[in-house]
Amino acid sequence: MDILKLANVSKIYGSVKALYEANMSVAGGEWLAIMGPSGSGKTTMMNIIGCMDRPTSGSVLLDGTDVSGLSAPELTHIRRDKIGLIFQQFHLISYLTAVENVMVAQYYHSMTDEGEALRALARVGLEDRAGHLPRQLSGGEQQRVCIARALINYPKLILADEPTGNLDETNEGIVIDIFRRLHGEGSSIIVVTHDPEVAEVTDRTVFLEHGRIAKTVSNR
Amino acid sequence: MTNRRMYFKMIASSILRRKSRVTVALLAVALGAAVLLGLSAISRDIPRQMGREFRNYGANMVFAPAGDNAKLEIRDANRAAAAIPADSLIGMTPYRYETARINMQGYDIVGVDFARARKTSPFWRVDGKYPEAENEILLGADIADFTQLAPGAEMSMTGRAGDGSRYRGDMKVSGIVRTGGVEDGFIFLRLDDLERLAGNPGTADIVELSVAAGTDELNALVSRIGGDASGITPKLVRRVTQSETTALSKLRSLILLVSAVVLALTMICVATTMMTVVMERRKEIGLKKALGADNGGISMEFIGEGVLLGAAGGALGSVLGYFMSEAVSVNVFGRSIAMPWYFPALAVLASVAVTAVACLPPVRRATQVEPALVLRGE
Repeated sequence: MDILKLANVSKIYGSVKALYEANMSVAGGEWLAIMGPSGSGKTTMMNIIGCMDRPTSGSVLLDGTDVSGLSAPELTHIRRDKIGLIFQQFHLISYLTAVENVMVAQYYHSMTDEGEALRALARVGLEDRAGHLPRQLSGGEQQRVCIARALINYPKLILADEPTGNLDETNEGIVIDIFRRLHGEGSSIIVVTHDPEVAEVTDRTVFLEHGRIAKTVSNR
Repeated sequence: MTNRRMYFKMIASSILRRKSRVTVALLAVALGAAVLLGLSAISRDIPRQMGREFRNYGANMVFAPAGDNAKLEIRDANRAAAAIPADSLIGMTPYRYETARINMQGYDIVGVDFARARKTSPFWRVDGKYPEAENEILLGADIADFTQLAPGAEMSMTGRAGDGSRYRGDMKVSGIVRTGGVEDGFIFLRLDDLERLAGNPGTADIVELSVAAGTDELNALVSRIGGDASGITPKLVRRVTQSETTALSKLRSLILLVSAVVLALTMICVATTMMTVVMERRKEIGLKKALGADNGGISMEFIGEGVLLGAAGGALGSVLGYFMSEAVSVNVFGRSIAMPWYFPALAVLASVAVTAVACLPPVRRATQVEPALVLRGE
């Protein structure tokens, strides 16, 4: 069953077609990469898939729900329940510790549970860094906290925006290994990346150009 | 960690992280609270403080004879005055008016206890000294000018006693009284001397009272004494009480205006600071929204920060305000401030309310931040 299905999705700003007539589906448990040059529509597509923006036209089915016409509060609700977001710049809250950063996602979702947050950190190998502030962590460690935060509410879809963009080769390998493990456990993952090495470990790569899906390539 | 603890952790950490910026807002709130508390305490205490100051302008209550009586009994007046709280009664002076002749010229003479008169009429200016010995008199300035008599001068005074007999006294001028009022046209002598010369001891035409109380309290006293006492009719000296009321009212209006301006400035400072904080934290707000925070949650966080700021600033301001009002009271009125226990609590509540209201525009701005912001790398 598809976890995500885009049908004729367009996002138009005045005369600019940021995304045009995009058709795409992601099966449950699939790991998909989205690639494309700057201005190709990757961020627009991420915003729409991540329920942070609405398309001008077309439909977006996320876990069986058409989110294309939902109001902002409804999108917030869907985002909270179904999406796990991972960012290139990590976006950790600087005055909270690693475990508290993970708990922030619990706080906005339902109830905080420190034990569960610690277990999430353990899954990314950071159980011994739980009490550290972001500035006391390396870039790779910050990204792993960001991944733990994305996983804490058991999202239907993990959406990662250039997750290795700010990492060195070693940490890139660690993060890809975590994604590989999550994929092995059945998580649905969409990764936006410029890095062909990241894309080739996924199941499938979608190439965007000028707001259109130019081609889709299977990596298996 | 519960959600509530997480909430307090987030707002407290957020405030502590921006120490320098928040300190400015905190000081603004503290200053606002201090001025508000100080001025409120002074405003509330002014009738008590100024009441004694106003008493320099003379009596504000009189006891007149009841009904058609020409005189009143001083013991009735003493009995009626017992209704006035002892710490409010600054002074009480019976006055007895008669007529007498000096060098064939008729004058109004007034028998008075000068020690008491100095309390109820502290504005009298006396050249020479108050009468102390028997048959010493105080000449009103107009009479002194007319007769060209000076302190130390002696003269013979004649008059008719209450029983119809004539009396004669050899009097000596001890001083000249100058008030600019009706007193300048009277001759004052000790009440004992007048009673000895003219008879009818223990009576007076009027009794002046100086009472340290507000208009409402004075009116209540007049009603109570008028209902209870026999032989006297209590009255307020409207000219004095009205002047006091007007002065106090204007002073309070000024205090209110200053308080309103200070509160407005506090709100502007807090709103500006919080607006800057919101702008600095756009990415964090976007992140929280991306993680699922709704506008209500974001609003509660910023209002929570504002409330915390208001409570801390209000508490600090209450301490400052107490010492400020105490210093003003001691230096201006020479007395300690009387501040009710709940005033500081009200100042803290007012600070919290002001900061919460001041946070509303920044909160509105915060809710307009889009979650997509975090994906753009801005």
